[in-house]
Amino acid sequence: MKRLALISVPYLWLLALFLVPFLIVLKISLSDTALSIPPYTPTLDLSEGWAGVKEWWAGLDMENFWWLTSDDLYWKAYLSSLKIAIISTILTLLVGYPIAYGMSRAPDEWRPTLMMLIILPFWTSFLIRVYSWKAILSNEGLLNQLLMNLGIIQEPLIILNTNVAVYIGIVYTYLPFMVLPIYSALERLDESLLEAAEDLGCSRFTAFWLVTFPLSKQGIIAGSFLVFIPAMGEFVIPALLGGSKTLMIGKVLWEEFFSNRDWPVASAVAVILLLLLIIPIVLFQRNEEKQREAEK
Amino acid sequence: MRRLSWFNAISLTLGFAFLYIPMLILITYSFNAGKLVTVWSGFSTKWYGELFRNEAFLDAAWVTLKVAVMSSTIATVLGTMAAYVMVRAGRFPGRTLFSGMIYAPLVMPEVITGLSLLLLFISIGLDRGVLTIVLAHTTFSMCFVSVVVSSRLVTFDQSLEEAALDLGCTGFEAFRLVTLPIIMPAVVSGWLLAFTLSLDDLVIASFTSGPSSTTLPIKIFSAVRLGVSPEINALSTIMIGLVTIGVIGASLTSKRSIAKRQKDEQGAIQ
Repeated sequence: MKRLALISVPYLWLLALFLVPFLIVLKISLSDTALSIPPYTPTLDLSEGWAGVKEWWAGLDMENFWWLTSDDLYWKAYLSSLKIAIISTILTLLVGYPIAYGMSRAPDEWRPTLMMLIILPFWTSFLIRVYSWKAILSNEGLLNQLLMNLGIIQEPLIILNTNVAVYIGIVYTYLPFMVLPIYSALERLDESLLEAAEDLGCSRFTAFWLVTFPLSKQGIIAGSFLVFIPAMGEFVIPALLGGSKTLMIGKVLWEEFFSNRDWPVASAVAVILLLLLIIPIVLFQRNEEKQREAEK
Repeated sequence: MRRLSWFNAISLTLGFAFLYIPMLILITYSFNAGKLVTVWSGFSTKWYGELFRNEAFLDAAWVTLKVAVMSSTIATVLGTMAAYVMVRAGRFPGRTLFSGMIYAPLVMPEVITGLSLLLLFISIGLDRGVLTIVLAHTTFSMCFVSVVVSSRLVTFDQSLEEAALDLGCTGFEAFRLVTLPIIMPAVVSGWLLAFTLSLDDLVIASFTSGPSSTTLPIKIFSAVRLGVSPEINALSTIMIGLVTIGVIGASLTSKRSIAKRQKDEQGAIQ
């Protein structure tokens, strides 16, 4: 009896506030836009009994999804989000791996401090961290001032409001998500394996490539998912650092909802984004459960 | 004792410079006298004064704090229960769906979570305000809490609980007297995580807030969308300062409690 209560409280909460809202999104994505409150039809009218349900069901159609396929704005936005998410995940890996590696090779007494230095930005406001790049990357910004004073460039570089600024923003804000899983994989690495590889005639680089790198694969996979998945639906970074040409699906959804007030199309955009993310989300969950099993 | 090779030393230095220089610049320019944020024109604290006279910011800060305290507290209770169910309840019908619902919000794009919750609140006729933001924040942050707490529950020795039950504790007493004190550090860090997630959230709050319940991130976002403002730099500096004090304080406390526990354990052995 008590067990039932323990299970049902969080279960019902998640059903009501996580699953049901999705079903509503799905339903509205199949409805039509209308000039009414709420701004879509049909609405389910239970007071008419079974006939009401039937009428509601008959009013649902795939029209919004056809609309999404016919207007290439949406296609371009999905593809460009995918491109931006993939490129920035790779960049984050390239920046994050050496940091994680350096941390795992650092003297033991430094490690808690290094760890704290990685975690601290993670606790600091995401919005503020994205915003801090605005003053650096703008045309009169500090980066351009520095490069012009050093005589490296004559004309200011245009970085803010381009995709490059979005890449920098994503790498910067999601770096801890990449570093931490890789670090925890590298930290567990048994160093005698490397010594053995070197004794057997591997150069340091081959030893890294054949031993260290494969053993940190779990961490790389976890870190890449943790960067890729949120980057795909990112809104704040393209809104603050990207330009009008930066197409990302999170921004399109936001504008569809807040500026165009087109709820059915916004819902359809959300449904497709979710379908695209289901594969990486399921893979991520498998990876996590596998690791959890391994730890037991 | 290991020494750092030059390669590792350089990658650590560059990496941490990349992480910290933007924030240091932000903090420096919050003390700039001029209105332009990219030109230094002397030291001043006037933007802090402006900030504290700005009623709209103060109101938003108060709403944000209320939402964060309420949502993180409820999320900690629900998340701890969920973790307990995941680790201890064994098999039950719908377990796969349950674990899916715990993990999915961790990786769900915020725009989707926000949109779906808003549509729920509208369809059940709930007016948007502090309550709806609290419900929304509780839902996604309880999942983070449950992941943090369940990782602690997995590693702890279940025979301690069994011993308590054998000695006549009821299930709840065993939880309160044995399990809870042991998993407490994880519960506390879960609460802190939920609290900062709530303080920081822009997207979900934008969807679920009403006109009378603007939170600080919403205010900051609308202020910085078009450009940089010295007042926001001052506000950011205060927030970064509070987080730094909090994180360093928490890590020192946990270090001390670990040291104390090790000492106690050694004392018990002798």
